[in-house]
Amino acid sequence: MWDQLPQLLITGVTIGATYALVALGFAIIYNASDVVNFAQGEFVMIGAMSTVFLSGNSGLPLPLAVLLAVGLTILVGMALQRFAIARSRGATVVAMIIITIGASIFLRGVALVVWGKEIKQLPHFFSESPIVLGSATLLPQNLVVMIGALLLVLAVHYFFQHTRSGKAVLACSYNRTAAALMGINVGMMMLIAYALSAFLGAVAGILIAPIAYTSYDAGVMLGLKGFSAAILGGMGSPMGAVAGGVLLGLIESLSAGYISSGYKDAIGFLILLLVLFFRPGGIFGKTSAERV
Amino acid sequence: MPLRGFSLLTLVAIALPFLFPDNYYVTVVGTTAAVHAMLAMSLNLLMGYAGQISLGHAAFFGMGAYSSAILTTRWEWRPLLAMVAGLLLTGVVAYLISRPILRLKGHYLAMATLGFGIIINILLVQTGWLTGGPDGISNIPPLSLLGWQVDSDLRWYGVMSAAALLVLWINLSVVSSRSGRALRALHTSEFAAQTMGIDTTVMKSKIFVLAALLAAAAGSLFAHQQAFVSPGSFSFFFSVELVTMVVLGGLASTYGAIFGAVALTFLPELLVVFEDYEVMIFGAILMLTMIFLPQGFYVAVEQRLGRWWAARQGGA
Amino acid sequence: MKIANRVALAAAVFSSFALTLAPVEALLAKDSIKIGSFLAVTGGASFLGDPELKTLQLYVEQINAAGGVNGKQLELVHYDTAGDAKKAVNFVKRLIKKDEVDIIIGGSTSGTSMAVIPTVEEEKIPFISLAGAVSIIEPVKPWVFKVPHTDRMAAERIFADMNQRGISKIALISGDGGFGKSGREQSLLLAPKHGIEVVIDESYGAKDTDVTAQLSKIRGSSAEAILNFGFGTGPAIVTKNVRQLGIDLPLYQSHGVASKTYIELSGDAAEGVRLPAAALLVADKLDDKDPQKLVLVDYISKYENKYGSAVSTFGGHAYDALMIAVAAMQRAGSADKAKVRDEIEKTKGFMGTAGVFNMTPTDHMGLTVDAFKMLEIKGGDWSIIN
Repeated sequence: MWDQLPQLLITGVTIGATYALVALGFAIIYNASDVVNFAQGEFVMIGAMSTVFLSGNSGLPLPLAVLLAVGLTILVGMALQRFAIARSRGATVVAMIIITIGASIFLRGVALVVWGKEIKQLPHFFSESPIVLGSATLLPQNLVVMIGALLLVLAVHYFFQHTRSGKAVLACSYNRTAAALMGINVGMMMLIAYALSAFLGAVAGILIAPIAYTSYDAGVMLGLKGFSAAILGGMGSPMGAVAGGVLLGLIESLSAGYISSGYKDAIGFLILLLVLFFRPGGIFGKTSAERV
Repeated sequence: MPLRGFSLLTLVAIALPFLFPDNYYVTVVGTTAAVHAMLAMSLNLLMGYAGQISLGHAAFFGMGAYSSAILTTRWEWRPLLAMVAGLLLTGVVAYLISRPILRLKGHYLAMATLGFGIIINILLVQTGWLTGGPDGISNIPPLSLLGWQVDSDLRWYGVMSAAALLVLWINLSVVSSRSGRALRALHTSEFAAQTMGIDTTVMKSKIFVLAALLAAAAGSLFAHQQAFVSPGSFSFFFSVELVTMVVLGGLASTYGAIFGAVALTFLPELLVVFEDYEVMIFGAILMLTMIFLPQGFYVAVEQRLGRWWAARQGGA
Repeated sequence: MKIANRVALAAAVFSSFALTLAPVEALLAKDSIKIGSFLAVTGGASFLGDPELKTLQLYVEQINAAGGVNGKQLELVHYDTAGDAKKAVNFVKRLIKKDEVDIIIGGSTSGTSMAVIPTVEEEKIPFISLAGAVSIIEPVKPWVFKVPHTDRMAAERIFADMNQRGISKIALISGDGGFGKSGREQSLLLAPKHGIEVVIDESYGAKDTDVTAQLSKIRGSSAEAILNFGFGTGPAIVTKNVRQLGIDLPLYQSHGVASKTYIELSGDAAEGVRLPAAALLVADKLDDKDPQKLVLVDYISKYENKYGSAVSTFGGHAYDALMIAVAAMQRAGSADKAKVRDEIEKTKGFMGTAGVFNMTPTDHMGLTVDAFKMLEIKGGDWSIIN
């Protein structure tokens, strides 16, 4: 029974890295604007789908296609902020949830019309021959996802702690009015937050697509899992969101391995509920849940 | 308790099948709209008046539907008895989870209710020996009330409209009762309500259970009307659709919830002609309504009509 | 005043809906034969509904260009269910009551097909389902037919092949959608009859990105082969993960992956995978004397010319259903529902993409297990095994 453990742990971390990347995007927007962006999963999908179509159908070299795809997703993210979120300042939590859910349905609908319904994939970045670690194996692409997640987390951390713009975004999240009085261009900072979050989504999508494939509706499940991971870790902290992602991946993989693969998602959500009941702010978040 | 709206809706519900006999939009879509209206009104009690968001309301709807489906097909219970059993089950479950869940707020509450809804859905899919799994349960017997078989679309239209009007009646009584005023205080400020001496915890959990029971009752009727249930009808996406109905009409407005339910039932019927563009247009409508009319479509129109009416009265 | 406004508004809302919709009801005089259809063109099962709809549109156009049926033009009325059973029921009622169609072809998924059966039986209209589950036609319902092979036949065909190879212990892994679950049930039911033991039984979610957890359990079991029932991305991920874990067991897939997309998505990992599928996938490899070859090659060239994408067996089901319906209407000399129903039931020796159909009052599908060919993926293409 225990000889499967190494593989289950590695599987958990690889799935978890995927969730972590999506969760990070949720946490950044939440921190900057108190909005849970249910269209985060669609950023992931747009990043992957536009790379597929730019490299495959338009025949661009992959690196250029990736750059353009990330740029496109960032534009979508900023458009969402400017034309939907910024116009609805002061709307209730529920209204905001509906707006971002509407945005996610709209973006999915656009992807359906523009790119069709077929399942697409990107080539693996490196070879597809597995790396063997004792009794466990993983693909080079799994490593790419993990290292990518790690680098992005560090970059986000650096951005918020050590750059002027990053600190300014944080300042807006603590107190908008005070930030504005200090001469911070709040509108610009919000744009930056959404651009950053869209950037993370797009990169996540491109890193994951060689393993998990992509299609116009691929963002739904990833968005849901990413949101759960962010809540599990604690919405208030980007690091917490990432830890939540890895934790959720491990829970799913260990449940599938030792309890039941049919119930693995149910077990994930059950643990999430228990965490919320006993530590409403998430495992790594502030204890108070009242941040509305 | 103001009853003019109630009487008018009753009249409209009775008149429609006479004005448009054997009309698909009345007997079929109208029946679905009535089910949705029941669900939206029950959710509105929770969201609009108690201020508690729920992204898992479809789970209670599903518990009612599946209780009826399982008990009537596998153990041949009478439909009414099965409905009562379903209500009991849902009531107990709702009560048990209400305390811990309602301690949460905002997005955390959204996540918790969402998680609850998904867990219930996974149970429906995975316990195939009981629920038939993803393909669901078919051949659910028709409802019979004192020997009167509800077996045609028109009869179902009658039963569902009557049930929806009953839920409207319950809603209006709750809202205009003393506890209803306490509820509204809850929505505006929980702190204020507490200082007024209202036990907000008890109040919220009562409303949570009532909303769950109304949804379960609608589910039970729905199972008999469709003669078929499958987990897809009670998914997370349907929960989101219900929230959309409530918000689209306007939070804390019972008639707004009805409007939202009717509008969102008819909208896809009209959008089918757009085929692949349907998803995109639906998303855009949702987003635009919320951006430009954040208080809800019905409430916004109502307020504008109100102002126009007041201006006219003033001028005359 | 507020109440009066509310009342006025409610009235306005209700009556405006009723009024705007009423004129739509006015229907043209019926000088065409109406074929109603409800398919999962979007959503998780769109890889079924999409080619099905395209096929129906293509052939309705072709038949009309050739003069129609019984001197009347065909008219296709279609609604997208996105795989939702609730929508399916309402759309079927809309097809019957509002559009007044003469026959219904559709129900891409077993769930949507099962959901509409009470309605079509009640309204007495012929319905040809495009979904797999046995329960659609067993027990036999007077007005319900279906054209795809059943999941039971797929399982039988796979087990027969396993018997030949001397495999007696298998690992079962299935998707948690309707198709996977139903295939799993049939496999568990049939395995003992073929002397096969299911030593481990796992499942995965439709959108899961990794199944190595389940497969590493399978690796540690005594299974001699792996059987996967599922469709969409799941089977491709299973195939790749099996290779990643270095599991050296024969891998069997179901007819749910019977399209070129599966080979493309799985790449080299798909080499050696076996699956049961209709001859449509290997039309070019059939013997020239095979009577089915002509039908298949004709369908493939028409479809690929028009849409520029590869055919799948799913689109083929829509072709079979439409042609069976048209032939029945021609034999009945009208689109009269009861007569057409009787004639569909008398379908004999019809050569479709799925095989030869011989329906009877007790068999509303009419295919036999040998309509399935056992295929193996070799060099990135299908090949037939005997």
